[in-house]
Amino acid sequence: MTSDIAAILAIDGIATGAVYALVAIGTVLIFTVTRVIFIPFGDIAAFTALTLAALDAKRFPGTGALVVALACLATLIEVISLIRNGEVRLLPRALLFYLAIPLAVVGIAWLAMRMDPPLAVRLVLALMLITPIAPLLDRIVFRPIADGTVLLLLTVSVALHFALVGLGLLFFGPEGVRTEPLTSFSTEFAGVLVSGQTMLIVLAALVFSGLLYLFFDFTLIGKSLRATAVNRTGSRLMGIRPERAGTIAYLLGSLMAGVSGILIAPVNTVFYDSGFLIGLKAFVGAIVGGMTSYPGAAIGAVGVGILESFASFQSSALKDVIVFSLLIPILIWRSLATLHSEEEIEE
Amino acid sequence: MSHMLSMTDVTVCYDNVEAVRNVSLSVDEGQIVTVIGPNGAGKTTLLMAAIGLLASRGSMVFRGSDIRKMSVEDRVERRLCLVPEKRELFSDMSVADNLLLGSYSLRDRSGVQKTLDEVYDRFPRLKERQRQAAGTLSGGERQMLALGRALMAKPALLMLDEPSLGLAPLIVREIFRTIASLRDLGVSILLVEQNARAALETADYGYVLETGEIVQSGPAKDLIHDPRLITAYLGGH
Repeated sequence: MTSDIAAILAIDGIATGAVYALVAIGTVLIFTVTRVIFIPFGDIAAFTALTLAALDAKRFPGTGALVVALACLATLIEVISLIRNGEVRLLPRALLFYLAIPLAVVGIAWLAMRMDPPLAVRLVLALMLITPIAPLLDRIVFRPIADGTVLLLLTVSVALHFALVGLGLLFFGPEGVRTEPLTSFSTEFAGVLVSGQTMLIVLAALVFSGLLYLFFDFTLIGKSLRATAVNRTGSRLMGIRPERAGTIAYLLGSLMAGVSGILIAPVNTVFYDSGFLIGLKAFVGAIVGGMTSYPGAAIGAVGVGILESFASFQSSALKDVIVFSLLIPILIWRSLATLHSEEEIEE
Repeated sequence: MSHMLSMTDVTVCYDNVEAVRNVSLSVDEGQIVTVIGPNGAGKTTLLMAAIGLLASRGSMVFRGSDIRKMSVEDRVERRLCLVPEKRELFSDMSVADNLLLGSYSLRDRSGVQKTLDEVYDRFPRLKERQRQAAGTLSGGERQMLALGRALMAKPALLMLDEPSLGLAPLIVREIFRTIASLRDLGVSILLVEQNARAALETADYGYVLETGEIVQSGPAKDLIHDPRLITAYLGGH
């Protein structure tokens, strides 16, 4: 391998890793706040790419129908729960958040699509349609079992992924899509041609990571999310509602997964089931950060991207094997490096 | 006269075991009420039920509202606050962030900075360590932070669970001085404490809880001279 090829592979790996980093940060965010390892995150990213492709083809995406179905189901569950607990006064709020807003989002997207919107608007519409899915799934699937073990939540998360893959096939069909590049700009860097799309991916990852840092360090809502992640009981005693913190985490995470889906769609063909590998590789990155550290997850995800890039050059067929084999030494290292409390050992 | 907090025939169960049985107590405005008793008597359970972390039977009225079925967060919004035995601080976050999060439930945020300054005036040590992670503080400083954080919520009734637990005698005296001074701010206090002497010296009224039941109650100045209590809890003969 020459240094030129190594440089090309490194740049390609950083770009892919940046996409994984966005998903990995979202995964850590949701895990720390809700204890759910949200496997369908990759599906959210893939669905965003498929939604954008449908909008590009002037078809209203199946995501709209999915949001409407989930909104109706979530509203039904929330209304029954409120009536059962005698909290009828909260019904208007529930109807607003679980029904009116998601339906309004779908309505706006449907109306906007008829006006043949430009690419920038289509990007916003794709993100708008995708963002409510994870919070609605949270209300329907995870909130009733919020006090369950991490293993139970993970098992349900895996089942949810398979359900979403099936729905993806139903809504988007078996064909793969590749959207138009967001920019045709390219430049030479140290003798290597770097596409504008690659730069955009890295820039987006940096900007989102920076915004997340500002959000967590300088806003009360961001701090409340961190507090919920650090100490759930303590945060409840401050009046922070864990379910609300969870919804915010799912919204933010979905947005990041959505952005990564938009960024990856012009460089990779995305199928209805492509999300699993994206999510799994981001998960490997998140594990490098111990599922708790955002910088650790981002660095781990970029590492996974670079390893994948070099692995596909050496042996394309074995690239996934090589990437996932990375998990074994990382888990051994994490297991040895982490101090286990007596309670954990007893469990 | 209506009480600030009134608990009537409150029973709390762990599975089928009654940890607290038919307990009735009340706290009036500006009053410090203490619940003393041996380890395992159900004192902490009582406070957990009062804040809503444990389900209970019976009646629980706070400032005229039935709170028994309310969530923890709704009770905190009504300015009923608990400083738990374990403090429950956000150990990875700074002292300043812990204090700021104490004010999370306040809808009117205009007075937050003023309250923060008041907390720093009350606990200058916290101001010195405002950028330090809460997990790196000493035991006494942690208790100050837990108290300060609760005060940031402008509580009408502050429930304190074993505030002296694990602290050096000098720090305990400081903590109890602070608790007594909170009365001047108009904060009512429900104090659960194993250090019966310090608790009764600070409180206006006391209850004695044994094996989940109130066995005695009265003005604190009377209880502190009660021969049975002196023998059982106050280290006398």
